[in-house]
Amino acid sequence: MKELLELRSVRKLYPGVIAMNDISLKINQGEVHALLGENGAGKSTLIKVLAGAIEPNGGEIIFEGKSYSHMTPILAQQLGIGVIYQEFNLVPSLSISENIFLGNELRNGILINKKKMLQESKDLLRSLEIDIDPSTIVRELSVAFQQIVEIAKAVSRNVKVLIMDEPTAPLTNHEIEAMFKLVRKLVEKNVTIIYISHRLEELFEIADRVTVLRDGAYIATKNINETTKDELVNLMVGRPLTEQYPKRDNPIGEVVLDVKNIYAGPILKDVSFQVRAGEVVGFSGLIGAGRTELMRVIFGADAKTSGEITLYGEKINCTSPADAISKGIALIPEDRKLQGVLLKMSVSNNITLTSIRQLTKFSILNNKREMKVVSHFINKLRIKTPGSQQLVKNLSGGNQQKVVLAKWLASNCKVFLFDEPTRGIDVGAKFEIYQLINELVGQGSAVVIVSSELPEIIGMSDRILVMNDGCIVGELSKGECTQQKIMNLASGRMVV
Amino acid sequence: MNSKQFFRKYGILVVLVLLILFFSAMTSSFLSVQNLFNILRQVSITGIVAVGMTYVLLTGGLDLSVGSLLAVTGVTASMLIVKQNVNPWVAMLAAILFTTLLGVVTGLIIQKIDLPPMIATLGMMTIVRGLSFIITGGLPVYGLPAAFAMIGQGYVWVIPIPVIIMVIVFIVGAFVLNKTYFGRYFYAMGGNQEAARLAGVNVNRIKVATYTINAFLCGIAGIILMFRINSGQPTAATGMEMDVITATVLGGVSLSGGEGRITGVLVGCIIMGVLSNGLIIMNVGEYYQMVVKGLVLVLAVSFDKISQRNTMKNVSMKTVKAV
Repeated sequence: MKELLELRSVRKLYPGVIAMNDISLKINQGEVHALLGENGAGKSTLIKVLAGAIEPNGGEIIFEGKSYSHMTPILAQQLGIGVIYQEFNLVPSLSISENIFLGNELRNGILINKKKMLQESKDLLRSLEIDIDPSTIVRELSVAFQQIVEIAKAVSRNVKVLIMDEPTAPLTNHEIEAMFKLVRKLVEKNVTIIYISHRLEELFEIADRVTVLRDGAYIATKNINETTKDELVNLMVGRPLTEQYPKRDNPIGEVVLDVKNIYAGPILKDVSFQVRAGEVVGFSGLIGAGRTELMRVIFGADAKTSGEITLYGEKINCTSPADAISKGIALIPEDRKLQGVLLKMSVSNNITLTSIRQLTKFSILNNKREMKVVSHFINKLRIKTPGSQQLVKNLSGGNQQKVVLAKWLASNCKVFLFDEPTRGIDVGAKFEIYQLINELVGQGSAVVIVSSELPEIIGMSDRILVMNDGCIVGELSKGECTQQKIMNLASGRMVV
Repeated sequence: MNSKQFFRKYGILVVLVLLILFFSAMTSSFLSVQNLFNILRQVSITGIVAVGMTYVLLTGGLDLSVGSLLAVTGVTASMLIVKQNVNPWVAMLAAILFTTLLGVVTGLIIQKIDLPPMIATLGMMTIVRGLSFIITGGLPVYGLPAAFAMIGQGYVWVIPIPVIIMVIVFIVGAFVLNKTYFGRYFYAMGGNQEAARLAGVNVNRIKVATYTINAFLCGIAGIILMFRINSGQPTAATGMEMDVITATVLGGVSLSGGEGRITGVLVGCIIMGVLSNGLIIMNVGEYYQMVVKGLVLVLAVSFDKISQRNTMKNVSMKTVKAV
């Protein structure tokens, strides 16, 4: 097979992090090449280097025999490298054909040739065997079809390499089948696919070869029909799974949080569960299964339609986060930068934001007490910062997450809802966060973890609840839990 | 501290010193104690309102109705004093209270309906200006008691009374922002409203509070203005939002919220005062002054945007590692 694209010791450094450590990689013409790795393994950085969104610090990119030190967005487009990101770059108010030709409009002099654009869009969609009217407004399309429009847009620009970042994450099973069909169609048209996914199963269905990355380094490339899932997991994680998670053996006590028959929004349907003192309950499921929504409802950030929440035997009805916090519930949100930290504020101000009223007398701040609390948590959590007045935006992701944790530890909460607590942070910081969670349950707190990383959920939880389509579809105890069982439940293929 | 950080922190002071040096060199009458107090007196009303505007901008909001709020305060108070023979102290308090309530209304509209602050306050600007004309029947109200004129025109020793009031407002404004827990909430909300809400900050209350505080300070400034021009004028303080926003942004308060210090705003106000005083002494025509003021606003906001963009770059550089 002919080689199309090669990376030669490409390196990308960020302050305190090596995002790509001399990665070398060869992609063949017309193959579906999967990239596999945990969060923070360097997949996103690699995509961005190929798309020209960021400039590597060293190495070279060879495309069709020509060497480049780095890409630019325009160069990448000219060469025929396209990316389907997880967030689509579509204009919702325009039609499919207008989106396909956006920036590339077909013209008659200065006038747009709408008819020709519609006709060509129709031909294009037909050649991909997609049955949809190209004059439809994009806003009215489902996520799956929006993704198809993105792909059609790339194809219309004569894409040679199409990078797909977790394309199946937002799709239903049925839509995934259609997506695979489309991918095969693209391969027939001699498009090379770089395919990123967390779901090991689907790689065996769609990919030709798999490259595993870990902690910013290249680990191995395997032919898909010569490898197994277990081998890939071992390559990804790099060590037996058990060692990644600190042990704990605290006793589990009485029920602290009792959630009964919660209905909320369009998603949550009749959700009930309990968490005991000293217990970690894990929530697993696909994106969109309703886990984040459930946490937000318990925390009072979103309203529930019906249902009952009991805390320490007392019925509560939180209508705002402030309410929930005063009752002792904390939510560590999934999107750290948008919901967890205040980037423009100092480490110190972030840590005391929730507990600040405890540090005042007649509403006036006691700076000395504030500094004492702040330095206590900086030391305890080993937050790497030049000082307490450093702005949070200048810290690494792991340290930002520790600032969020410090904020909640300072607030005297007893129930902690962690939504993706270790997303996008490096392995060392992850371990420290796991230790902290163990410390919390050791002190009798009740902890809920929502995570899309199966090893994390399995390694950290006493019990695992799996959600699908707004319902809890199964419960697995620590002993009986495997990735396979969770995935079967999460994708709705099995009900316990 | 590298030169860039120095400039970000003290650049505005450097600009002020350069301006003073420039006007002192170009004219003989600029640099005198009397003229400097003159400048402070001229900026006192803008300054008081700029403290309120600081609160508004910090939370990521905007208030275009400040000029109208000043006018309605003066008109209300003067009508009560002159036409209704109400005790002047009572009349002043009533007028300030009325203006503050208008601020509560603005805040509630913005919070409950989630209207963009620019639109809500643009509407209020016209509504309140109209109210001012309605209250007086379109005519100025004369005949305020002379004994009270000192509030707008008097001196304690060489220091003008409006300047003293301004200094008090700045001190209290800075104290609340820096030393109380709810002061911290204004920064938190402007930095990222959703993150602040999830941290337990009652963002709805803070939002209404900002427009209320701002209107209250407009009330105080409106009373001073009324006694300075010795009448209730429905046309008073027209276009004032321009001066106030310019001074505030010049003082380093970010239009996108979450960043800025009261001390910087004071310097921003003084720069605006020095600029217009110096230009008058240099005999620069009023039309040219307008051009200069407009330029200053555009430059100040450009500086804010450019430094924003640089920080954004840093942030996105560090974000890339995720997933």
